Amino acid sequence: MLKIENLHVSIKGREILKGVNLEVHAGEVHAIMGPNGTGKSTLASVIAGKEGYEVTEGKIIYKGKNLMDLSIEDRAREGIFIGFQYPVEIPGVSIANFMRTALNEIRQYRGLDPLNGAQFLKLMNEKKKVVELTEKLSNRSVNEGFSGGEKKRNEIFQMAMLEPTLSILDETDSGLDIDALRIVANGVNQLKNQDNATIVITHYQRLLDYIVPDVVHVLFDGKIVKTGPKELALELEKRGYDWIKEEYEQHKLS
Amino acid sequence: MKSFAEYTQQLKNYRLQLQPDPYQPVEEYFTCQVANMGSVMLPLLNGWYVHKDSQLTIYPDGVIAGSLKAAMAQYPELVQASLQPLKDHVQDELTLSNQEQFTDGIFLYVPDNVKVEKPFQIVSLVNSREDLLVQNRHLIHLGENAELSVIQCDDSTKYGKTFLNVVTAITLNKQARLHYYKTENKEAESLLFNHLYVNQCAESFFHSNAITFNAGYVCNDIHVNLNEPFAEAQLYGLYLVDKTQQCENRIKVSHNCPDCKSFQLYKGIMDDEAEATFHGHVVVQPDAQRTNAFQTNRNILLTDKAKINTQPFLEIYADDVQCSHGATVGQLDDEALYYLRTRGIGERSARKLLMFAFANEICQHVDIQALKDRLSDMVQRRLNGELTICDQCMLHNADNGGLIFPIDPTKL
Repeated sequence: MLKIENLHVSIKGREILKGVNLEVHAGEVHAIMGPNGTGKSTLASVIAGKEGYEVTEGKIIYKGKNLMDLSIEDRAREGIFIGFQYPVEIPGVSIANFMRTALNEIRQYRGLDPLNGAQFLKLMNEKKKVVELTEKLSNRSVNEGFSGGEKKRNEIFQMAMLEPTLSILDETDSGLDIDALRIVANGVNQLKNQDNATIVITHYQRLLDYIVPDVVHVLFDGKIVKTGPKELALELEKRGYDWIKEEYEQHKLS
Repeated sequence: MKSFAEYTQQLKNYRLQLQPDPYQPVEEYFTCQVANMGSVMLPLLNGWYVHKDSQLTIYPDGVIAGSLKAAMAQYPELVQASLQPLKDHVQDELTLSNQEQFTDGIFLYVPDNVKVEKPFQIVSLVNSREDLLVQNRHLIHLGENAELSVIQCDDSTKYGKTFLNVVTAITLNKQARLHYYKTENKEAESLLFNHLYVNQCAESFFHSNAITFNAGYVCNDIHVNLNEPFAEAQLYGLYLVDKTQQCENRIKVSHNCPDCKSFQLYKGIMDDEAEATFHGHVVVQPDAQRTNAFQTNRNILLTDKAKINTQPFLEIYADDVQCSHGATVGQLDDEALYYLRTRGIGERSARKLLMFAFANEICQHVDIQALKDRLSDMVQRRLNGELTICDQCMLHNADNGGLIFPIDPTKL
């Protein structure tokens, strides 16, 4: 589904990603871990299509298409979803209006008829349950005045609405208390199926107790330096990142 | 933009209608179609008040509503007392011309302790094949602890050109509360001046919300005197102008005593070659300590040729005050735009959503739910380029879909 080959990315001339290789198949959950400032969020932003990120080498192939050829919105319409670490507040845009516009533009891109008001409301009520949202969303502005937990729940709610094939959740666990973490993780697990894939970017093992990955990668110094089964996350939790750094330095020397 | 004196020179090019039209049951033909608003209509036709039964209605609770001309004959003392705000302000040339030429207008009097539940809706209809001048004068007087909402609709029709010069004097006695809403939907060749002169007593509250959807040239000229402690004025405005439309908001708030609050938030979107002006002036007099005065003007320019002249201006003579002013002229928030696009919303739609959000903030300060919903909807469709008028208004619902006045007096 996603194939990243030797990806080099610079921001304002400074190289952040220095040759990332990653392959994700349908039905898989991948975790990308690593210390701060090693390029985890950059990877998410490049896949999303954010401006200001220059791909100097390598490529990202998604469903056989070169991702760099697609606009931000077309990537989303092709099924890519980014769960943001810091979702922006958009005062004055109601969540309902936002989701209805998004859903119908995606449907139009795929040659489907738009949902009418009743169909949309039904769908919204159904998907609210995924993240245990009980309140009315029609009057609330996107993320405005939301707590950290509400913002993340709202991200997963949007994911449920848009039914992406590839979701990248960037530090979704940051700022969450244990209850919110459980709700968010449950939401992600409910949405998982054989045809979609999820990449979870996180600092800590904690989230991976709830969302169990098939593969764990460690991103360090702009590269994926280690890949392993889910037990790798536990080892990182126990031993920290220092041993990874040492291994990496030694590998560099040799 | 031209000065008021220059506009005054143009008055002579329009015909002032010196007599009311023969009575027509305007109220039977014209009712506001905004659902659940439940407003009481105060229609004016070509500058004159129109009502079937009497020129002045006196309600059981003592509220008086109707023609100013009739009130001048029946309640000269009340009318005199209601003129005070005009005397307290320096009057410009257009206001002076109104003094000399006004034909009629609305008189609204609310006695002490009366809270009027239904809003009054002043609708100024113009139906003339000639270029018509309307000189209206409205007097609104709220007694102590009285409460009222007023909606003023200024719509115009396609016939002749019109020049509306409307002067409104508002007196708010102690603890009185007035919400004053204006919607302006004018034809390209029309001129509309709304001069508002407000005097506020202790603990009174004045809320004005002026939304300009279309303008030939529209000027909202607001003067507020905060004369006694703990009075508060909240002034909101929105202007959505395109083509060669022009809109001016000129505001002067005088803090004449301690402990008052004033708040201004004006927003605008200018497209094509449209031009707008925000001139906000707050004066804090020497003994007006503990004044809170805030002024904000935010604008979005959609083209290189659109223009905004913004001048937030504080003049402070007291030392213990909290005041701020600011103006922005800009584009949309890039982070928000990016967020919307990552959800599959195309750039054009995302911009529209954000523009709506920007503009709709002003509608959110409307306290009448039905009006708020209606205005939000109008803003949305105005930004989509679908709306040029309040299309639920019977005035514009002619079969041919044009902006044709359905009441042709010659056929009645």
